[in-house]
Amino acid sequence: MGGVLTIAATEIRIGLRNRWIILSSLILLAFALILVLLGSAPGGEVKTDAVTVVVASLATLSVYLVPLIALLLSFDAIAGEIDRGTLQLVLASPVSRGAVLLGKFLGHVAVLAIAVSSGYGIAGLVAFFAHGGGDAGALVGVGRLIATSVMLGATFIAIGYIASASVRQTGTAAALAIAIWLFSVVLYDLALLGGLLASQDGVFARDIFPWLLVLNPADAFRLYNMSAIDAAAVGSNLGGGAGSALPLAGLATLLSPLAWAVIALGLSTFILKRIRP
Amino acid sequence: MTAIVKAQTVSMKFKSVDALTDVSLEVAPGEKVALLGHNGAGKTTLFRIMLGFIRPTAGSITIAGHAPGSDAARKIVSYLPEQVAFPKMLTGREVVRFYARLKGAPLDDVQAVLAKVDLVDAADRRVETYSKGMRQRLGLAQALVGKPALLLLDEPTSGLDPLSRQHFYELIADVARQGGSVLLSSHGLSELEARTDRVAILRKGRLVANAPLSDLQHQANLPIRIRVRAAPGAIESVHAEIGGGRLNCASVELFCAPGDKMRLLSKISGLGAQVEDVDVAAPTLDEVYRHFSKIGADEARQGRE
Repeated sequence: MGGVLTIAATEIRIGLRNRWIILSSLILLAFALILVLLGSAPGGEVKTDAVTVVVASLATLSVYLVPLIALLLSFDAIAGEIDRGTLQLVLASPVSRGAVLLGKFLGHVAVLAIAVSSGYGIAGLVAFFAHGGGDAGALVGVGRLIATSVMLGATFIAIGYIASASVRQTGTAAALAIAIWLFSVVLYDLALLGGLLASQDGVFARDIFPWLLVLNPADAFRLYNMSAIDAAAVGSNLGGGAGSALPLAGLATLLSPLAWAVIALGLSTFILKRIRP
Repeated sequence: MTAIVKAQTVSMKFKSVDALTDVSLEVAPGEKVALLGHNGAGKTTLFRIMLGFIRPTAGSITIAGHAPGSDAARKIVSYLPEQVAFPKMLTGREVVRFYARLKGAPLDDVQAVLAKVDLVDAADRRVETYSKGMRQRLGLAQALVGKPALLLLDEPTSGLDPLSRQHFYELIADVARQGGSVLLSSHGLSELEARTDRVAILRKGRLVANAPLSDLQHQANLPIRIRVRAAPGAIESVHAEIGGGRLNCASVELFCAPGDKMRLLSKISGLGAQVEDVDVAAPTLDEVYRHFSKIGADEARQGRE
């Protein structure tokens, strides 16, 4: 266990030193502030308070940005380190390969958590005070968004390890990571949309589509946050009409990213154990 | 005493390449063994097998009785790769502390090994500012931390200047004195400066020699070179007396088997005032190494025919 924490702490230290944390925090903060400022215009006199609107926009932003940051953080973890020769020594040390990967995972999740909490946290506070305070309960929404974003990020960090462990070159791992991102957050939804349009009898829309939606951790994340906002803010209906037909509801939706994270960590550990550095 | 490394007829095949063929090698506790060979002779492959990174295609190998790469084996082995690299954002001290923690060594060791490799002054600078020699020394510090029972050093002296190299061999001698075994690889015999107990020479994946250096010199039976400088005007008579080849108008050079050396020298001293100076040169380490490398080549050729 000591080895796991040592590796995690070193990953965090490297994340601070190479400005990964500060850079990703600033990117998240910049995008979030843009949404806060743009979102304040229509927020006006609607019943829904401004912070909740911002949280809804940030949730959509998270679906694209957080997996990207997570994959950029993890694609280099194994292929790149073997390429540069920094991993061989760690693998020769008494720490098991499973512990090495777990340590990296905890470190990378911590790096992402720092970035997301500072980026979204600041943006949330700006939104809160820019609109003259108001219901402090809205800040709970920001906390929920941060927590679930970290969870979504953790899932994609673990998926990135699979990409990193299965190829020999960093460049290939990078290409693979981008492909995973493109597929899971852009193409997947387009394909589902196409499926909805193509299925005339409604079987796809009724029986298959909800499952496929929950199956994708990014979509599951969006569903959870939107339904949570729905419950908080009356009448916004951001979750869409599918809400009632979903196989999983509320917190259970988050089982999807959780399951993906566990499976991806297991699979990447399995691959790492077979690597011959 | 049981051997800490015990390799028996180890062979390693990569697709069409025979990286190692029937290599048997033992290293006893407290022994310093040098593994010599050209690039691609199989030195690094042997190290990777000992670390458990790859499994030999034939033969068996144990580290203090354990399978290479097992938890028990990794606990006693320290490794210094040929191209050692560290996260460049970390300082030297952080790197050593990191490996001390992974090996479960007391953190007091960190300062001690940094002092040993002479990196105390640079310990709090980032690794990216280090020179190649400093990085090599940091790699050695990392390997020394936790007092491993077996040190595997892949070309540890390649980036070091002669002074650091000497210092390096003193550190290695220290490790051996405390009962640790050292297996290090090198390009040539001359780099070793006769600092190891035994020399094993790999040639195209085959072990062609495995003996103490003095035994190898003896086995090679290379001729000894004797140069005789004659007194002015005496060169003709000296040449006529002892033979050999004329180097210039004053010197004669001849080669003799080690057993003939004393007979020849007494003959030369018998010439009295006709000889001004005698220079006797034993074969250099490089010549001995070349000799064994060539033998390996011949055997491999015979094996193929």
